[in-house]
Amino acid sequence: MNFHLILFLAFGAVCVGGAINLLAQRHPINSALSLIAVMAALAGEYLLLGAEFVAAVQVIVYAGAIMVLFVFVIMLLNAGEEEETKGSRVAVLFGVPGMLIGGVLMAWVVLRQSGTEAVPIGALPGHPADIAQLLFHDFLLPFEVTSILILIAIMGAVVLASKPEPMAGKVH
Amino acid sequence: MILPPLIFVIASVIKSLIILFVLLTAVAYTVWLERKVVGHMQNRWGPTRVGPFGLLQPAADGLKFLFKEDLTPPHVYKPLFLAAPMIAVIFALTSISVIPFGNSISIFGYDIPFQITDVNIGLLMILGITSMGVYGVALAGWSSNNKYSLLGGLRASAQMVSYEIALGLSLVGVLILSGSFSLRTIVDAQGGHFWGFIPRWNIIPQFVGFFIYLMAAYAETNRIPFDLPEAETELVAGYHTEYSSMKFAMFFMAEYANMITVACLATLLFFGGWHGPLFGPPLLRSLLPLFWFAAKVFCFLFLYIWVRGTLPRFRYDQLMSFGWKFLLPLAIANLVATAIAVAW
Repeated sequence: MNFHLILFLAFGAVCVGGAINLLAQRHPINSALSLIAVMAALAGEYLLLGAEFVAAVQVIVYAGAIMVLFVFVIMLLNAGEEEETKGSRVAVLFGVPGMLIGGVLMAWVVLRQSGTEAVPIGALPGHPADIAQLLFHDFLLPFEVTSILILIAIMGAVVLASKPEPMAGKVH
Repeated sequence: MILPPLIFVIASVIKSLIILFVLLTAVAYTVWLERKVVGHMQNRWGPTRVGPFGLLQPAADGLKFLFKEDLTPPHVYKPLFLAAPMIAVIFALTSISVIPFGNSISIFGYDIPFQITDVNIGLLMILGITSMGVYGVALAGWSSNNKYSLLGGLRASAQMVSYEIALGLSLVGVLILSGSFSLRTIVDAQGGHFWGFIPRWNIIPQFVGFFIYLMAAYAETNRIPFDLPEAETELVAGYHTEYSSMKFAMFFMAEYANMITVACLATLLFFGGWHGPLFGPPLLRSLLPLFWFAAKVFCFLFLYIWVRGTLPRFRYDQLMSFGWKFLLPLAIANLVATAIAVAW
């Protein structure tokens, strides 16, 4: 068994375990931390594929920035423990078998469609220069349009957050 | 030449141990230096009793931390209360692993670089690891279940997320000039001189970027003038109010290790890393780069302490408006100007 496969399985186990823990935990902050573990383990998988830049961005953007905001909100609202319910019977009757069937189907399709050989390291463009070429040359227009989309979202957030103030002017 | 796997593993373990030892010693003596320098700035002596010039004070402090009673208040959320100092110190110590200290040395015919690991995204890796370090502080504040701690944790996470943007943008100017994320390549690009005598350091074309980096670095490491997360006049001790003994010492170590990382990064990115005049016999020539690197890092640590001894603390609203309304636009302007100048 080669070292690469062991690492792949280890990161994969952390990923799946973290995702299951995310659902199983009652307290929102534990769930958020499990999600961070999932993100970090995913970054490890990207590293194994030789996509160093994507791995670093995964950690910086998702684990480091977005999840900090999640944790921040949970801390600020001081969200308590989730109340325990028995769960709906429909979910147990149809949800669990549905999930199993869906998973099996997906695995079957994936295995049928692709060869079983693993992707060798460096087969995907992972070098920062390659990604820069793709982002700023080949897909420049979609990239820039996305930034306008984000700008609109930011402006929307500002409009929602700022209350109409009757006494406009000096606050200090 | 590529090392055989076994030698690579052995070399990596030895290098990690040496660097960890040096880093922890440096952390301890940065604390000593700070007490001493701030003492002299305030017309006091600082530590003098333990050893000559108080040089053994760090050892005494360490022993004291070990033997203090380790209190865990009853109202805390225990798993995270215990994990938070570990998270803080682990991420603070990990980020040193991609920092190069010098060229390389030949041992038994193998070329061993002065660096634990050379990845071609070194800079991004440091940013990623430091951005994870926020959790230590934020979780410590939250899990302590104490309003002062919570406020400290909230302030810390808001401050670090805000200043991370300015910090990242200030580095992009350097990246444009050197065209690589690899710290080694960035340093190599700074060899040589402008007009034959001024060292080709990035600080000269990127002095605005350096100013932004310096400000953002103070905020990221929670140091005066941006030490709002632990402002003692309003928050007791901020996020580590409820911590005692070795758990408190871990936060302390994390803060100083982060200072050292930031100083190393400033040296590598703006001050030419290990470049400096080389002279003398071959052995001296191979060790001088390490000396230059350490000397530059020392200057930064001194600057940190100097600023601490000089400036008062900002108000929180001043901190936020300084970061968002001044540093961020300045960083973007610097980025645009650098890009235009390079494209010219």
